[in-house]
Amino acid sequence: MFVRNPSAIVGMVMLLTVLAVAIAGPWVLQADPFEITAAPLTEPFNAEAWLGTDYLGRDVLTTLVYGGRATLLVGAVAATLSVLIGITLGAFAGYYGGRVDAALMRITEFFQVLPALLFAMVVVTLFSPSLVTVTLAIGIVSWTSTARLTRAEFLKYRGLEFVRAERAIGARDARIIWKVILPNALPPLIVSATLAVGAAILFEAGLSFLGLGDPNQMSWGLMIGSSRQYVLSCWWAVAFPGLAIFVTVLAVSLIGDGLNDALNPKLRAR
Amino acid sequence: MLRSLISRLLQGLGLVLAVVVLNFVLVHAAPGDPVETIAGASGGMSPELMAQLRTQYGLDKPLPVQLGVYLSQVVQGDLGFSYYFNLPVSQMIAERVPATLLLVVSAVLLAFVVGTGIGVLSSRKPNGVLSQFITVLSLVGFAAPIFWVGIMLVILFASIWPVLPVAGMRSIDSSGGGWADVVDVAQHLVLPAFTLSLVYLAQYSRLARSAMLDVLGSDFIRTARAKGLAESVVLYKHALRNALLPVVTVLGLQFGNVLAGAILVETVFNWPGLGRLAFESVLRRDYPTILGVLLFSSIVVVVMNQVTDLAYRLIDPRIKTS
Repeated sequence: MFVRNPSAIVGMVMLLTVLAVAIAGPWVLQADPFEITAAPLTEPFNAEAWLGTDYLGRDVLTTLVYGGRATLLVGAVAATLSVLIGITLGAFAGYYGGRVDAALMRITEFFQVLPALLFAMVVVTLFSPSLVTVTLAIGIVSWTSTARLTRAEFLKYRGLEFVRAERAIGARDARIIWKVILPNALPPLIVSATLAVGAAILFEAGLSFLGLGDPNQMSWGLMIGSSRQYVLSCWWAVAFPGLAIFVTVLAVSLIGDGLNDALNPKLRAR
Repeated sequence: MLRSLISRLLQGLGLVLAVVVLNFVLVHAAPGDPVETIAGASGGMSPELMAQLRTQYGLDKPLPVQLGVYLSQVVQGDLGFSYYFNLPVSQMIAERVPATLLLVVSAVLLAFVVGTGIGVLSSRKPNGVLSQFITVLSLVGFAAPIFWVGIMLVILFASIWPVLPVAGMRSIDSSGGGWADVVDVAQHLVLPAFTLSLVYLAQYSRLARSAMLDVLGSDFIRTARAKGLAESVVLYKHALRNALLPVVTVLGLQFGNVLAGAILVETVFNWPGLGRLAFESVLRRDYPTILGVLLFSSIVVVVMNQVTDLAYRLIDPRIKTS
């Protein structure tokens, strides 16, 4: 059903293209995105710099190709982290209920009240901006929605017959949680995970835009942020990286929507 | 009723307290300390002066003592002094709050009214142009980075079509108040508010549309139509209330995100609000200000959660809060 969904296919194609460029591009170009290659503020669509150069003379096309790596890497890993935390906490809360649930829900509420971007900014600044700190910071603040979703699913499955049967034959809790309930609860979690990747990418872009990303890694947000003050002289240095972010997140969202349609036929949005 | 109100108040306070403690611990446990930053910014400082500053700021006392001192001050409304400006943090926050409040309220209002409006309108023709526009808009609204949209708008309105100002809250040559000032601020407000509202506008319109479509298929609507009520009455008096619920829920829950978006939008449009203060303080390691802004944001989010709960119960009296 997923394969028959046109927008999801478009999304997959877009994402694969972006991935291909991000992975293979640097190998093809063999250039340094921070290197000054031409006169600053060259306009795009000329032979020397296909997408122009920014205010320092850095080639925009090179930054697009290399910037994808940091953005996608951080997005994927941070999303994975947040989903893992969310699923674990949500599973325990939903399965055990009672005081465990109450305690975990307090923690979830706490992280929900915490101003996410602000907190991430503080963490990254305090521990020096790097790919690792950015990834960790994003992962730590983004898990609450996954946790809630997982908890709801586990609450639903906990009372069902086949789960009670497992308990009756003496299966260990760990087995029930991970091998029995979780595989059944997976579909909405997969959708949530896909959206988490999109959100993480946007989050990373925002942090880099503010100058709080890894300064040694070219990223699309960094390009936008650093060229911001010169935008009236070189719109291309802001427009193209932003377009790259947009295309990537759009691709991920389309895939997520497609998965949602395929996996949740009852909740299909009209 | 009163008991649940008080218990929720206490819960909220507990959350805010936890936020403060966490951030205090974090800020003080990280490498580097503010005196070093100040020393660096002033081009070097003698060790004696640094020690003196540390004593002055109470940084040489053990951490739990510092925490206790800070908490007791906060309770009395004293948020400390900014390391950078040497002004009371509470005063700095109070100065910036109106600007941010204006921005955020305008953006949310815009998103809510326009979003729900077009969502409801599009539900009349589920496959019409408006409906497809909403689908596209919701995808674009989510995927386009807020700061990028803001900068693109700056380009548009600064060089191509200069009908709206793109920076700051007032014109440089503005003086005095009165009606002219209101108009001036309003003009400056348009682009930032619109940028901030975009992602929520997209979301609410989609939510409103699907909620309306859900409701319009239900029995009581069929009854209303069978009774011969005009379509507009059916739509607005009976169906709308139900459609509003998901939008209000999402609105309340997302307030934290709105504040985050405000940081980015204020940076792009040079809007003199709390978001910009937060960002600049983080860069300057101005701990008291950072903690003050975090505290303030958390309080706002907690309050908004409670307000959402209340609004929920107003819209649907059947709902009992957990």
